[in-house]
Amino acid sequence: MTDVHSDTPSGSTVDPAEVARFSRLSEQWWDPKGKMAPLHKINPVRLAYIRDAACRKFERSAKSLNCLAGLRLIDIGCGAGLLCEPMARLGAGVVGIDPSDSNIAAARLHADKSHVLVDYRCTTVEQIDSRERFDIVLAMEVVEHVADLGLFLDRCAGLIKPDGLMVVATLNRTWKSFALAIVGAEYILRWLPRGTHQWDKFVTPQELDVHLTRNGLTVTEQAGVFYNPLADRWNLSSDMDVNYMVVAERAP
Amino acid sequence: MTRPNSIVIGGGAFVGLTLALALRQGLGDAVDVVVADPALAQRPSRDPRASAIVAACRRLFEAVGVWDEVAPTAQPILDMVITDSRVEDATRPVFLTFAGEVEPGEPFAHMVENRYLIDALQTHALAAGVDLRPCAVTGFTSRSDGVTVDLGDGTVVEASLLVAADGARSALRERAGIATNGWDYDQAGIVVTVEHERDHKGCAEEHFLPAGPFAILPLKGRRSSLVWTERRAEAERIVAMPADEFHRELEQRFGLHLGEVRAVGAPKSFPLGYFVARSFVGERLALVGDAAHLIHPIAGQGLNLGLKDIAALAEVIVDAARLGIDPGQADVLERYQRWRRFDTMAMGVATNSLNLLFSNHSLVLRAVRDIGLGVVDRIAPLKSVFIRQAAGLSGEVPRLLRGEGL
Repeated sequence: MTDVHSDTPSGSTVDPAEVARFSRLSEQWWDPKGKMAPLHKINPVRLAYIRDAACRKFERSAKSLNCLAGLRLIDIGCGAGLLCEPMARLGAGVVGIDPSDSNIAAARLHADKSHVLVDYRCTTVEQIDSRERFDIVLAMEVVEHVADLGLFLDRCAGLIKPDGLMVVATLNRTWKSFALAIVGAEYILRWLPRGTHQWDKFVTPQELDVHLTRNGLTVTEQAGVFYNPLADRWNLSSDMDVNYMVVAERAP
Repeated sequence: MTRPNSIVIGGGAFVGLTLALALRQGLGDAVDVVVADPALAQRPSRDPRASAIVAACRRLFEAVGVWDEVAPTAQPILDMVITDSRVEDATRPVFLTFAGEVEPGEPFAHMVENRYLIDALQTHALAAGVDLRPCAVTGFTSRSDGVTVDLGDGTVVEASLLVAADGARSALRERAGIATNGWDYDQAGIVVTVEHERDHKGCAEEHFLPAGPFAILPLKGRRSSLVWTERRAEAERIVAMPADEFHRELEQRFGLHLGEVRAVGAPKSFPLGYFVARSFVGERLALVGDAAHLIHPIAGQGLNLGLKDIAALAEVIVDAARLGIDPGQADVLERYQRWRRFDTMAMGVATNSLNLLFSNHSLVLRAVRDIGLGVVDRIAPLKSVFIRQAAGLSGEVPRLLRGEGL
């Protein structure tokens, strides 16, 4: 771990113990073999899905390391920035929001170390200035945690520019998702702490579609995400019974 | 001034330069690629050796754009003859022949003289904007978020990844504290180029003599490159012989089927060993080629293994970078290691077994292997099925080895 104390200007109100805590938290989030390993494992398939959807929509080449240049993106529930940093590296102007101030502090610390520019804000989607607009709105693995799904999606949809898009990733509410995501991931494999997910808050693609359509969005793509235990890798699949992702677009 | 996302490659031989070219091709100008090696100052190359480049690796050279330049100097291997005999045998019964094509019109391997290939790689690397430094990597400090690399020219490069392509006695591997598992064979390889009276017609020969394999590999013109295995002490004795005595030893093994034979230049002897690094990756570090593994030259696969390493590593790096993921991150490197380490171990086991089976005087083993030679053919596909199954990812051939660009 880096010596965070020396980074703290003398006489400032920053508490060195707090900074050390955020630094530890940041290292935990960003350690591919640590607590967040499942998120790191699934990250490439999520990133590729977002990138490819954006490249199709905005007519960019997915092979360019700068393929999202000039696009504004917001990641809602960004954690320590596992999606924000890659999107910023690909050229997007990224805003990352999370209600947890320790997540935001951890995200800022890591972005500084990685020389990546991300605008992190400790806030919620309800509190974002209602005049702000984005080309790409991400709600990845958050909708299954919110208190009011309809209200949350209304606010997210309101942030999308005309001709912009939104990507949502979540868990379907099926017997299979109960078996795999709750019993499998939390109790047997212990990938996630018990109680991470509540099955009854999982969202079906139909429910998602209703809310998105009500907001003037059209679902243009959807895909299941499935874990291949032999290759230890997540792949896209047509099976949307457990993890799935959806792209919704706003007309020009 | 390099940017903090640069990639530094320590070692500018085949694998180092080819990796640099593949990375430039896949990443474009967004990432600086630095190759550091004191040998980069010694051009044109005077390396007298030659290498067998199998079809998959030729496709890699095509994909990175150097093959066209090397092709006129490369000799396709059109046929292969394998015999099992003693030095004094007047005739060597042929046990196994391979037709030399993997696809119609595509020879399964080419013999390439090292100096042509290395010069072409360096010229292309320079033209592609690779930052070539004729000095060594003198030190490095890796952290979870990057690696600081010290170069012999006094500069310091902040990089996202350091690649050790600095050969079997890799100083970078040592410095990273990565141990190796392996041993020395009591064998040395004598390497020499010969001229002969008659045309070899693109035929490669491997004679399994009791001291070890004696390979005749065709070069352009009426020349061949020899890889001649002997016990270490015997190899030392042979390379130190006066020219006429050396000629007698050579002729006895080479035979007269290509007419008069004559050594060009002094023969050199290389001790043979085997090892596989305990890990192919460290923090912000990846080992490739001989830095990661060294195998017996019995099957001529050493360089090809190294080229497979860099085809896999380049693909893993480029795929990560195109997702905005830092390519020096531990999970990216782990993917490279998973992809390559098992294949390497399998090749190590295969070459060790071949050497144990063939390099001896035992009559029993000779009978066994003469029956077995025919079976090897049938086991090879079976073995590859096991490897693919067990390694999971090994079934995936890197895009560059399929001749596709990144």
